[in-house]
Amino acid sequence: MASGSLNSNLSGNYRRRKTVDKVMTVIAYLCAAIAIVALTLVIIYVVARGINVWRPAFFTENTALFGDGGGIYNAMYGTAMLVLLSMAIGVPVGIMAGIYLAEFGDNRLGDFIRFVADTMAGIPSIVVGLFVYGALVLIMGWNAFAGACALAILMLPVISRTTEGIVRMVPGELREASLALGLPQWKTMLRIVLPTAAAGIITGVFLSVARAAGETAPLIFTILGSNFFNTNPFEGAMAAVSLYVYQASSSPYEAVQEAAWGAALVLMLFVLVLNFIARAIALRQKV
Amino acid sequence: MLNMLSAMLGRTTIVKEARRGNVGDIIYRVLAYAFGLSFLFLTLWIIFELAYQAIPAFQEFGFEFFWSTTWDPVAGQFGALPAIQGTLVTAFIAMALAGPIGIGIAAFLVEIAPRRVDRVVGFLVEMLAAIPSVVYGLWGIFVLAPFLRTYVEPWLIPAVGWLPFFSGPFRGYSVFTASLVLTIMILPTVAAISRNVLRAVPMEQREAMLALGSTRWEMFSQAVLPYAKGGIIGALALALGRAAGETMAVTIIIGNARRIFESVFEQGVTMASIIAANFTDASGALYRPSLFLVGFTLFLITFTINVIARLLIKATSSGPEGGV
Repeated sequence: MASGSLNSNLSGNYRRRKTVDKVMTVIAYLCAAIAIVALTLVIIYVVARGINVWRPAFFTENTALFGDGGGIYNAMYGTAMLVLLSMAIGVPVGIMAGIYLAEFGDNRLGDFIRFVADTMAGIPSIVVGLFVYGALVLIMGWNAFAGACALAILMLPVISRTTEGIVRMVPGELREASLALGLPQWKTMLRIVLPTAAAGIITGVFLSVARAAGETAPLIFTILGSNFFNTNPFEGAMAAVSLYVYQASSSPYEAVQEAAWGAALVLMLFVLVLNFIARAIALRQKV
Repeated sequence: MLNMLSAMLGRTTIVKEARRGNVGDIIYRVLAYAFGLSFLFLTLWIIFELAYQAIPAFQEFGFEFFWSTTWDPVAGQFGALPAIQGTLVTAFIAMALAGPIGIGIAAFLVEIAPRRVDRVVGFLVEMLAAIPSVVYGLWGIFVLAPFLRTYVEPWLIPAVGWLPFFSGPFRGYSVFTASLVLTIMILPTVAAISRNVLRAVPMEQREAMLALGSTRWEMFSQAVLPYAKGGIIGALALALGRAAGETMAVTIIIGNARRIFESVFEQGVTMASIIAANFTDASGALYRPSLFLVGFTLFLITFTINVIARLLIKATSSGPEGGV
């Protein structure tokens, strides 16, 4: 009798535990589903509303924040200019800092700089915009170069930390062989280590460029935005796709709001494609 | 100076190396150190620049700035409390919602999903992080806000309307909508870092618990979570920092209402959004310095949160994961 009740008790307890386990498993599935549903909803809406606006003129006309909206020609030029300039500044500095961390960073100073780089990654982009406004725009006036500097600052931590990780992963034998043949350290780095690590570094660069292209906050008071075609990155306000999406989203004109969706689609595709490429490179390297 | 430099460059002195003929190596080292130190220099410069530009506002208002609720550009009176309130409320709501969901995603990826599913879902979650903030803003204002008005408001208001922070009429452009969009935006941060932390929990920990006859949930809640606690709190803190600094989506959605809000269904302003929405048009001697002071405060807050988060994560999962 006693053993019987114990048995049923045990199995009842087990059933309860099993149920809790199942409920929790379902909840975990739901959590993953929430993220996927959110992503799908955002992508579907941006594509559905953006594609309506895409017509040849949309890519050849300049932006307009009134009337029937216009296109994003000057904004695409601006974004391309910003991305190239910020890469020109951010990539060399980021890679060199990454090399420093990997090669000379195994001490207290290195730890400290690594920590600074990590916390730099957490600085809000709007604060970086304020900084560049104070440091550059107050002296030079609105210009695309200042915007590119802000974007470069945002790119730096990502590029340097990826470079560090990849350079550390390059096998020591390669280095030793090169040094044993009498190559100086810098040549070993330039000719042996960096080419081996290239794929990984390029992945980091692509990811950071994707992030920079979508950034808006640091552009508001560095490049200001413009409805005209400005080719000079060192003087005068310039347009950018991300900034145009922001400015057009608060427009009372419905056609301009629609144009914002078209520009958002351009931006989203650009960023997602860059992410895909980055991951494809990373995958190919691993195999 | 030369002594310091040569000490910095390692055990071998410059002279020794120069004698060996490796001038290139000396240049290489100097460059590497210079670029490494540039991070330090840049961070200090950012702090200095923000503080310097904010001085006029701080001289005028002092610490009163942080608890004054008046933000009146016409009268030249600036107080940051509405913005601080907005930032704290939106960031904490977002973290409270994204925290459990993000940990759930991480648990799904690490404990439940087979390798292939883990890869695909992990990739999709990362894509969620890749979409630009301004696109979320556009989506929030033209898709989510109308959706909430039409489908969620009718049953949400009767359910929670009697609570102090949920009273009053429901607006699309509101603190509530902004918090929801923030939730989606910081979800990948929580999920990705928690996933790394959970992965770092040793397999023995799980095997021992399973061998004692536990179910998967008991194993996770009693053997894995306690082990990963510090790192997961770090992930949450990092997400909180990101939510506090997030600008564009919030600026578009929250409505730039520069006063204290009594209900999350009202419009508000955050520290980041008040700068983004008002800086270019700001005129008057104290307007821009005041915005700089807000920016400086935001920097200090996010900086502190980040330092704490990094320390917590570092303590739990070791090894550089790079640029999270």
